[in-house]
Amino acid sequence: MQEKKSGLSEFKNEGTGDKIFDICVWVIVVVAVCVTLYPFLYVASISVSDGMAVAKGEVMFLPKGWDLEAYHMVTRYQQIWVSYGNTFLYTIVGTAFNIVFTCLAAYPLSRKQFFLRKKMNFLLAFTMYFSGGLIPTYMVVTGLGFYNSRWAMIIPTLLSAYNVMICRSAMEAIPEDLFENATLEGANDFYILYKIAVPLIKPTLAVLTLYYAVARYNDFFNAMLYLGKSELQPLQMFLRRILIISSSEIVQASGTTAAAAAAQSTLKIRYVCIVLSTVPILCICPFIQKYLVKGTMLGAVKE
Amino acid sequence: MSVQTKALKKPKLSKEEKRRLFRKNISRDKYLILMFLPVLIYYLIFSYLPMTGLVMAFQEFIPGKGLAGIYTGSWVGLKWFKQFFSSVFAWKLVRNTFLLSFYSLIFGFPIPILFAVCITQIKNKAIQRSAQVITYLPYFISTVVVVGMMTNFLSPSTGIVNQIIEMCGGKPINFMSDPSWFRRLYVISGSWQSFGFNSIIFVASIMAISPDLYEAMRIDGASKRQQVWHLELPMIKPTILLLLIMSLGNILSVGFEKVYLMYNTAVYETADVISTYVYRQGIDNKNYSYATAVGLFNSVVGFSLVCLSNGFSRKFSGSSIW
Repeated sequence: MQEKKSGLSEFKNEGTGDKIFDICVWVIVVVAVCVTLYPFLYVASISVSDGMAVAKGEVMFLPKGWDLEAYHMVTRYQQIWVSYGNTFLYTIVGTAFNIVFTCLAAYPLSRKQFFLRKKMNFLLAFTMYFSGGLIPTYMVVTGLGFYNSRWAMIIPTLLSAYNVMICRSAMEAIPEDLFENATLEGANDFYILYKIAVPLIKPTLAVLTLYYAVARYNDFFNAMLYLGKSELQPLQMFLRRILIISSSEIVQASGTTAAAAAAQSTLKIRYVCIVLSTVPILCICPFIQKYLVKGTMLGAVKE
Repeated sequence: MSVQTKALKKPKLSKEEKRRLFRKNISRDKYLILMFLPVLIYYLIFSYLPMTGLVMAFQEFIPGKGLAGIYTGSWVGLKWFKQFFSSVFAWKLVRNTFLLSFYSLIFGFPIPILFAVCITQIKNKAIQRSAQVITYLPYFISTVVVVGMMTNFLSPSTGIVNQIIEMCGGKPINFMSDPSWFRRLYVISGSWQSFGFNSIIFVASIMAISPDLYEAMRIDGASKRQQVWHLELPMIKPTILLLLIMSLGNILSVGFEKVYLMYNTAVYETADVISTYVYRQGIDNKNYSYATAVGLFNSVVGFSLVCLSNGFSRKFSGSSIW
């Protein structure tokens, strides 16, 4: 009787223990989600709120008032469209080059009979851990005449050895018979890559496309190093001027002269720029979740 | 004499054989070679040519000669390395670089694990999935935007953080130009940006644990906390160890971009790292040789750390990156 009782009370204790545990779990997850979302919500609220309310610091969560003047100012400013155009050009062309070259690199490295396989694998892997560093790379790229050329945003970052490794492991997982049959029927390697390997690793290529495209879209470093002309510069360079160096070029271009109005607009314009530049990225992310998990696992380790 | 010819003949024969084999290989793999050729050229020009440019670290670079200038400087031995290590910068830069990654690791590493453990406890798939999508979003935001948001949120006149501080009766803090805040801001914003994405791999390894094991523990009367402590954590320990060891290897490779965007002369004391110093010396001041030498020092130490941690990993967790 006594034994049973103590057993029961132990069970009860664990029940409340589990409840406390569940509460902790929920609190942590909710806090994590809020902490992640709050900055975005705040930025979006400021960007559409009334300028006076923003200046008084009344906007904390949701928008106060409704005023899209800052959006008009930013969208009327020519330079942002030039930067946007450049970024989309670099992202689309650059990612296309990335994917083609990644497949061209990964396919030979995944073929077991390729006699240079080990040597070339080493050649690629070594670049992941050692590099000439900033200055020699800068000298080579500018020495080749890429300074102030759009190609500077495409060619020097043509391949990421890490992504090639991910693509290679995906190709290695394809059953060998498929390749053998195709070879027996007289298909050459280009045909096999295009017709067999690429269609079979589409999920992996989707993740790699995302990785490359995001890196291209966010690329600031190469633009800073190699692009001096503002008409060639991508969005990130423009954002740096507005957000971090606090340039007031948009307000000046809009012709606002009253000091107080200009100050209000300058502040709101910064938040508008954040919204306009992050929306494209935020839109694609939810659609790739199932691929993302797979891609992260693939690239994790080679056991 | 005969012994000699024999000894000579054998390698000669095998050389002949090798050549024949080589030719056979080439004709068999000609399409693969053709396919790989552009890739090879890319790596030779943009990865290996710069590596040969490291000779600049031991030379006096003469500007104005283009690419050829890299190899035609006069030999100065270890002059630049001596100059760097005898300067006041050397210790400060190494310390800042090390501390920034060290703190990022200490504070940034456990959060994704904690989050992964919590989020896998939530049995509602829709909530679980949306929480995951939301938390990995910041990972894809550019560094410029993250630093831009931080700069504006923390601004002493218009930032929300200082508004709240003032509302509570405090004095506004000029966060971005206070050296004592730099590391904290760097670590917190880094954590904010990457914890969701970094938790993906832990979530996946927790999901891979067989439900039978949980069931067995439940039947034995284990509480949820005990299930996490005695089942989940031991099961994902290899993943944790591997990632930890790998991050230790990268401890001297602080991302240039974020520091460069965040810092200003007021916070150099704690913010200036090797890569930003190399940038200023090389690109801004055109001290190409000196900057190359400092960069080479960083690469060599970094490479040794990666090798070391990889060795550790192979020994203790049985998996390695090569």
